[in-house]
Amino acid sequence: MYVAVKGGERAIENAHALLADVRRGDRSLPELTLDQIEQQLALAVDRVMSEGSLYDRELAALAIKQARGDLIEAIFLLRAYRTTLPRFGVSEPIETGAMRIRRRISAAFKDLPGGQVLGPTFDYTHRLLDHDLAEGGGVPPAPTAPAETVTFCSVADLLARSGGLIEEEVPLDQEVGDLTREPLSFPADRDLRLQNLARGDEGFLLALAYSTQRGYGRNHPFAGEIRYGEVEIESFAEEVGFAVPLGSISVTECQSINQFTGSTTHAPRFTRGYGLAFGQSERKAMSMALVDRALRAREFGEETGAPAQDEEFVLSHSDNVQATGFVEHLKLPHYVDFQSELGLLRKLRAEFFARKDSIEDEQGMQDAAE
Amino acid sequence: MIEAALVIDNQATFRALMDCMARPGEIKTLGCADAPPPLMAGTAAIMRGLADYETPVWLDGTLANPAVAEWIRFQTGAPVVTDPQRAAFALVGSGAVLPDFAAFSPGSQDYPDRSATLIVQVERFSGAMFSLTGPGIRSEGTLAAEPVPEDFAERCAANHALFPRGVDVVLVAGDRVAALPRTVRVTRKG
Amino acid sequence: MTAPVYNFAYLDEQTKRMIRRAILKAIAIPGYQVPFASREMPMPYGWGTGGVQVTASIIGPDDILKVIDQGSDDTTNAVSIRKFFSRTAGVRTTTATREATVIQTRHRIPETPLTEDQVLVYQVPIPEPLRFLEPRETETRRMHALSEYGLMHVKLYEDIARHGHIATTYAYPVKVAQRYVMDPSPIPKFDNPKLTDCPALQLFGAGREKRIYAIPPYTPVVSLDFDDHPFEPYRHDAQCELCGAADSYLDEVITDDNGSRMFVCSDTDYCETRRATGKGAQQSAPATEHRS
Repeated sequence: MYVAVKGGERAIENAHALLADVRRGDRSLPELTLDQIEQQLALAVDRVMSEGSLYDRELAALAIKQARGDLIEAIFLLRAYRTTLPRFGVSEPIETGAMRIRRRISAAFKDLPGGQVLGPTFDYTHRLLDHDLAEGGGVPPAPTAPAETVTFCSVADLLARSGGLIEEEVPLDQEVGDLTREPLSFPADRDLRLQNLARGDEGFLLALAYSTQRGYGRNHPFAGEIRYGEVEIESFAEEVGFAVPLGSISVTECQSINQFTGSTTHAPRFTRGYGLAFGQSERKAMSMALVDRALRAREFGEETGAPAQDEEFVLSHSDNVQATGFVEHLKLPHYVDFQSELGLLRKLRAEFFARKDSIEDEQGMQDAAE
Repeated sequence: MIEAALVIDNQATFRALMDCMARPGEIKTLGCADAPPPLMAGTAAIMRGLADYETPVWLDGTLANPAVAEWIRFQTGAPVVTDPQRAAFALVGSGAVLPDFAAFSPGSQDYPDRSATLIVQVERFSGAMFSLTGPGIRSEGTLAAEPVPEDFAERCAANHALFPRGVDVVLVAGDRVAALPRTVRVTRKG
Repeated sequence: MTAPVYNFAYLDEQTKRMIRRAILKAIAIPGYQVPFASREMPMPYGWGTGGVQVTASIIGPDDILKVIDQGSDDTTNAVSIRKFFSRTAGVRTTTATREATVIQTRHRIPETPLTEDQVLVYQVPIPEPLRFLEPRETETRRMHALSEYGLMHVKLYEDIARHGHIATTYAYPVKVAQRYVMDPSPIPKFDNPKLTDCPALQLFGAGREKRIYAIPPYTPVVSLDFDDHPFEPYRHDAQCELCGAADSYLDEVITDDNGSRMFVCSDTDYCETRRATGKGAQQSAPATEHRS
């Protein structure tokens, strides 16, 4: 006999208890600490901070632990927490030119002031599983050398200074928008597009950036410069009348140098794409720069139509918290609508077979008559 | 942390106003709010419940005194503006001097929600009687209010004709309120 | 790290004000989708974040809340949302439609007629009725602005040409107060006739898509159709096998591996109330029917 499903509340509580249980896993093993995650899974922490749009390494580590390493779930946790925080104000723009460099490379010049600084990178490692790492053990400290200079001028600025070879960066004459405070409408200005991309899913942006390289909206990029390091955050304080330092954060910045443009009134010059992410997130920053440049196609009068150039398409689908929610909501019961569809389908099929039967009957009668 | 009682007051104010907006002509009583005269208690409660730094507030001549402007800035954080076209909320001290609705933003055809809400103070919900029809009203409703201009019904009709654009009007008498959203068709009765 | 202290009904006051303003404009422009700065909620997008934000913005300590999903108070999502509000707002909850002052729903309108003292809050996945015909917001916004709904009629007519019927069975588009074409959320078209002239205020919240819209009480709502193909409400050729109701929307339940099935009310409160008042199915054994 059918019994209506009951006891949803208890089932949910039990499911949560089971989740906590498997999250802890084998009790004979030491439990992960937030410090361990923050230190040893630092790039996961960086990604969660970037896409969660909240710079807090400890909370990001907590989110990763709570999410059992599911980074999109961790991003979601951080976002939901972020929404509840009071807003005290807006920082001054960060000065990445004054960054304390940990890594800085340019693919556009062989050498330049400050030089190429490789820093901590996977780039030149051979991707061979390191079984020594499985064993654990002591890691000697990395060699250091005194730095010639701590801050380096950005490559794009060097180009701009040498006679306008690259488009000027025009400061925004209005307040910077915030898509967490007002819903995005189209067409969106570049400030909102960049904010959207900065929060956007790394995998989605990577695929879009890749598609531009393969000809879907090609924009001939050079990795003008990628830099990673610490920058100061300052906020203007009304009480004292000047900007006061709040601390420092680490960021990765990518400035791409792209195909030049020109017109009868403008001399030919390079154009720019821009990417910025919290922590060390080069893949994200580079992808963002390529997509940013692709989304500027209309501004430069370029042909449009490729997915990465389609502002509505890109900005509406970049957010992995939104995307995962909607895709996964299909798990929720839909039986009321399914029932509706089932009813119609049965009716249509009954009509189809009735028609078919009557046609066959007619033909049968014709055959008999002949 | 915001004072808990205020959170509950603001909810009650909104809920009453929502009911008024959903049922044009229906009169609700709002909780008390101290207000610098000539701001009425109802107007003050609505401002405290709905205005903030995102909603420019415009004051008509009868209200544009420093005490009122200061109260709004301090209590809500809303900017007080002199250009009526920029107003999200326009406060009118007396229905007798109701400005032309055309002075305020009716929103655009694409975004008709980007329109002004007028809070118009009247002395009482009696006197000039109007018949109301439209969404929210079962067959026909009535509302009486004074003072309002002689051609109030005509002005409302002109506003309604802009639909989906148009302004929405909230009438306040002391701590009592009624709403006339742009959907309502207003005719003078008797 | 300290645990945060949440405001009444979770949302901060500034967010509530912003949503409340959007609700007022939504009521003033029936069927028009008001953009709002939807917040990130502690539940996933697509799981009712729009409905939850609307409910959180309107609910007060004196309210009695009912939450249903698929017509049922006991589905996991309904349970989870109900719990959220009893924890963050301390409001009383109920499963009885008659008792509730605020009802949040996903995919159904209760069978028990609503009253003037109630507000029905719908969870909406895709608020734009034209979205599946035209994916671009810039285009659909223009169509609404110009009342240009030809595309929707073309789609419905193509259904008729292909199937002999309008093949939309849920989220069936309606026109509100003779102006805006609106998506009533994925309710079965069985529920569409309940939308019109409803004594209760109906609010719709789409969190991921950042839109709020409304149908004021006593507002005409017409399901789109054609003179030669009028709107047909869905009818079951069965009655509820638990309470005997012949007028309610029924869920089909598969009862064994041979495809035997039975029909029961989707609205669990309606069904339970009928049974409690002595109404029951004529026959007690479930009718078995095999798939053809």
